[in-house]
Amino acid sequence: MSGANNRLAVFPTRMTLSVMKQKLKGAQTGHSLLKRKSEALTKRFRDIVKKIDDAKRLMGKVMQVASFSLAEVTYITGDIGYQVQESVKNAQFRVRAKQENVSGVMLPVFESYQEGANANELTGLGRGGQQVQKCKDTYIKAVETLVELASLQTAFVILDEVIKLTNRRVNAIEHIIIPRYENTITHIISELDEQDREEFFRLKKVQGKKKQAAARDTLEREARQAEEAAQRSAGSGDAALTGKGSGHSADASGHSVAASGHSADASGHSVAGSDHTATASLSEPGDLLGGDDEDVIF
Amino acid sequence: MEALFYNADDGYLEGIVRGYRSSILTNSAYINLTQCETLEDVKLQLSASDYGPILQNEPHMSTSMLSQKCTDKMVQEFEYIRAHAVAPLQQFLDYMTYAYMIDNVILLITGTLHERDTRELLDRCHPLGVFDSMPALCVATNVAELYNSVLVETPLAPYFKDCLSAEDLDEMNIEIIRNTLYKAYLEDFFSFSQTFGGPTAEIMAELLQFEADRRSLNITINSFGTELTKDDRAKLFPHIGRLYPEGNLKLAKADDVDQVKATCDVFLEYRQFFDSMSGATKTLEDRFFEYEVHLNKKSFQQQFHYAIFYSFLKLKEQEIRNIVWISECISQGQKERINNYIPIF
Repeated sequence: MSGANNRLAVFPTRMTLSVMKQKLKGAQTGHSLLKRKSEALTKRFRDIVKKIDDAKRLMGKVMQVASFSLAEVTYITGDIGYQVQESVKNAQFRVRAKQENVSGVMLPVFESYQEGANANELTGLGRGGQQVQKCKDTYIKAVETLVELASLQTAFVILDEVIKLTNRRVNAIEHIIIPRYENTITHIISELDEQDREEFFRLKKVQGKKKQAAARDTLEREARQAEEAAQRSAGSGDAALTGKGSGHSADASGHSVAASGHSADASGHSVAGSDHTATASLSEPGDLLGGDDEDVIF
Repeated sequence: MEALFYNADDGYLEGIVRGYRSSILTNSAYINLTQCETLEDVKLQLSASDYGPILQNEPHMSTSMLSQKCTDKMVQEFEYIRAHAVAPLQQFLDYMTYAYMIDNVILLITGTLHERDTRELLDRCHPLGVFDSMPALCVATNVAELYNSVLVETPLAPYFKDCLSAEDLDEMNIEIIRNTLYKAYLEDFFSFSQTFGGPTAEIMAELLQFEADRRSLNITINSFGTELTKDDRAKLFPHIGRLYPEGNLKLAKADDVDQVKATCDVFLEYRQFFDSMSGATKTLEDRFFEYEVHLNKKSFQQQFHYAIFYSFLKLKEQEIRNIVWISECISQGQKERINNYIPIF
């Protein structure tokens, strides 16, 4: 699931790194928020489960009482079912739906209320009217319990779904998103380090080459100076010679090839010396990378 | 004189009714019933009684089925008596069915007012209140038509004619119509029963007066806190009870149960209904039932009169209520109230 290689396909740049770090932080905040939400919902869920249990037990009792009071009515007045049904024109007992917000979840709440006149207040006028009213009252109580139970059950179903959803999200963030960001970040960091090292090595190489070139220049210059000094001492006053110096200078250049061959030797010899200067010059970038790394790099 | 010729016409039927009476469940049968754990046990207990045969072929016991079957049995017995009766007993028995007829007509009117298919209502009607033209009620579409084409043919027509107009039928609360009709019916039945004289008149007077008073009291108590005005309430009180006229007058003005109680304090028989009403497990209705059973039982103490037919029907009804109550308690597991039935014998 959360493989170690699981990471986002991004270019390892410093900007992406900072973006990733931000995302990781966001994911962590979101995770803790969702976790808290899930806990709040679960708490509410437990309350509801408890209430449903109570309501169901109560309903059993209330329904029993209600149906028994109907038996009482039947005992005294006989069957009044049809009469009651027909005398009702409007519902007196009504149900209203509201919404309740629990941690961002809208739960429907059913509320019962009574409205209008009692259509059956004269039922059983000649016989058993009191029992009829009593029966009506007990049934109203029974229906109230049912309405309460209905709203609890609806909340139960909705909350159950939301809790599952939230938990899925929490788990996804915890086990997929966050590891993925973390992997990406370590990947970017290692890539950046690698780039740093490559860059450094490249710089180092360039520096070496530059040093070599500089050493060669110095040798050449020295050789040239030595040659010039020798010429000056050999043909002092021979100004005419210098007049047709162009031909000679061709010779000198031919000679300078040999000198350069010699200077190649000299540069070979001067490696030790230049090595020393290289180390001295390297001590600066070496500090940048940390002294211990020096031996490993070179 | 009455005793001399009574047996010529009605002796056989009185014998039959007394036979039916002895099949009414006794107290020990009720005690056995209350011990039952399931409805199957109830069936087993009832199998020894008159209800045995009708329950035998029922695979599934339910209280509604039980109530249905028992009512069928009662109706069957009553129809047997009615079929063998000759005038004037026949007319007396017909009068007894008018009460059920009122309920059925009210049921049909309710259906008509709400434009229901009245056909399905016919199944819900009480079988004792069925009359020939009843299916024709389904044809009527409004209440005026209902009265003009159908009700005018029925024995209930005078009650409608005297008490209600077509507008009333459309506007009044159906319960008020029912009680108005019932009041007219009680008064009519009372005056009819008084034409017999002798023990019939005597016993029926007592029974009907109690019925009337019970209605008055119930209407008063049940109308507290409703839209029924005191004037309207007074109109529903039958004019035959022992409470009439001064008791009814006081009831019409009563505002709470205490005033009803004060009204009844004067009447020895009714005073007990309100004794220690609070805290007692028995409700007012239970006490009414109890007293009704007591009166109906008493009518069997005399011979050569028609009131036993009335009493038998009432006792049978109470018995069905008891059985249904007990089986309801058993099926719902509410054993603590199971003893609220009214034992008859």
